Amino acid sequence: MKVVVCVKQIPDPADPGALDPETRTLKRDVKLILDESDSYGVEMALQLVDAAGEGEVILVSMAPNGERSGLATALAMGAASAILISDPELVGSDALTTAKLLATAVKDQGADLIIAGSESSDGYTGVVPEQIAGVLDLPSVTAAKSIEVDGSSIKVQRQTDGGYDDVTCPLPAVVSVTAGVVEPRYPSFKGIMAAKNKPVEEKSAADLGFDASQVGWAGAGQEIIEVTDAPKRQAGEVIEDDGEAFTKIVAYLENMKVI
Amino acid sequence: MQLSPDQERIRATAREFARREIAPHAAHWDRDGATPRSLYDRMADVGLMGMMVDPAWGGSGADFVSYALAIEEISAADGGISNVMAANNSPVAAAIEQLGTEQQKTDYLTKLTSGAWLGCIHLTEPHTGSDASAITTRAVRDGDEYVINGQKAFITAGSTADLAMIIAVTDPDAGKRGISAFITPTDNPGYRVISKENKLGHRTNDTCQVAFDDLRIPATDLLGEEGRGLGIALGNLSLGRIAVAAQATGGARAALAAAHAYARDRVTFGKPIIEHQAIAFDLADMATQVEAARQLYLHAAQMRDLGLECAREASMAKLFASEMAERVASKAIQIHGGYGFLNDYPVEKIYRDVRVYQIYEGTSEVQKIMISRNLDTSEG
Repeated sequence: MKVVVCVKQIPDPADPGALDPETRTLKRDVKLILDESDSYGVEMALQLVDAAGEGEVILVSMAPNGERSGLATALAMGAASAILISDPELVGSDALTTAKLLATAVKDQGADLIIAGSESSDGYTGVVPEQIAGVLDLPSVTAAKSIEVDGSSIKVQRQTDGGYDDVTCPLPAVVSVTAGVVEPRYPSFKGIMAAKNKPVEEKSAADLGFDASQVGWAGAGQEIIEVTDAPKRQAGEVIEDDGEAFTKIVAYLENMKVI
Repeated sequence: MQLSPDQERIRATAREFARREIAPHAAHWDRDGATPRSLYDRMADVGLMGMMVDPAWGGSGADFVSYALAIEEISAADGGISNVMAANNSPVAAAIEQLGTEQQKTDYLTKLTSGAWLGCIHLTEPHTGSDASAITTRAVRDGDEYVINGQKAFITAGSTADLAMIIAVTDPDAGKRGISAFITPTDNPGYRVISKENKLGHRTNDTCQVAFDDLRIPATDLLGEEGRGLGIALGNLSLGRIAVAAQATGGARAALAAAHAYARDRVTFGKPIIEHQAIAFDLADMATQVEAARQLYLHAAQMRDLGLECAREASMAKLFASEMAERVASKAIQIHGGYGFLNDYPVEKIYRDVRVYQIYEGTSEVQKIMISRNLDTSEG
């Protein structure tokens, strides 16, 4: 079984850097790491290949500056190889351009299944997996909490507000995985040592058949016109306990429909 | 010292593992006086239990710098657990890899690296310590077997380990050359745990007194040649000393981090105590000492990786780091004031845990003997 996992390398959330005031996008000229929300997809893919008893996990990632350290983490976890789409021209690419590039890179891999995180921890557009499915004309299942392969189809539990839906879908397909649904393995030291010898194929936009006008700022169909701070949290309500405070708390929780 | 990307990544993984899998539970395990066996299985999955062993035997094939960095990370979360890890890696796994037969490696080494088994080393006896050659545990050849009788003390993981490496006298007339090394599973009927010690620190592991009552070991489980046991036990002494320096650095670093966090949080006379210069300067001193210890152990570890003689540097790192750890942990308690004396705050446990680093793998006094005998006369 061949599973392709789309992974994003992002600035370390512990050291988030800053927005570029001109482009109003996150500065990415810092060291990038594997987006934690993608580690769940990598783990799920590794488990599926383990369960199948054969096959491999291939990573696909796009980064403007040839960054590989995030890929190295996923390779150390057990992925077999990676394709890195990297090109200075890609700076400013929007979600749809990203999806087109990733889809083009994935197309020839003969993947049985394509997995991606539901949304990245930096951009949070949350649309790239579905756009990849659209570009490749494949079925798309979102918000998966578990995936089970059954011959030429998959059974997916899709997380919903109230529980989960059981979905069956033919392969190949694109599935987005919700963060937190599996416990990503630690990269083993053996894996870390082996990762540097695993193939990472670097491709430019031109290699994938895109010219400069189709990617980056030039090709973007969206523009960020304004960035504002998130509203500050309002002060909470303080209830002084005069011996009857519990009635007010119960009423408050009932009003919230929590109890 | 500049680390390689592999070394950085190994350190980051060990740190993440320690923060998530050990640190949140360490205080609880310390109070219980026991650590769940499953923790060591998970440590082995990451590769912590056979770090330097060849991947052919299930190890990670990491260098010694990486190993020392990982020890520091595990020790920053819990000293006692880092010591079980250290015993498993070296001397036990390292000695079997260096000297074991193919059969011994198949039977034992792969079990140590996979975490299926934990290893322990039996060198020290109730009446011996730094004078390791004074041991009296006796191994007598009997046909295809050796029969071992005697008593061992201060055995880390003596009751939880599955494999024992035992140092015993095979030829009492040959002195240091009459001592041999053996390996045997601890479920051997002659292996008897006398007691589990009640300790000041490192309470997350079991330090035991063990007796051998006609312990029968097949001659095929002699490790290396007869008469080479002391060399086997002490041959990796520099590794052990660098590992202790890394343990001490980890403990001190954890104490520093706790004191730093507390100093930012605790307000006296209208401002966080870190804004009082007395506290800020103490933290600066502590951070400098921790970094100096780290550089000393990394330097010794790198020399070892390069195949250079590093006994003097290992002793210096061990001496400085272990004494530094007690000073820094004590200062961390001072910064906490009365709260530092309570086990509600982590520094109380760290202070207890770091004390032993001045004792095992050669006391501070033994390190000074080593260093003074190797003073560099060319630097005058």
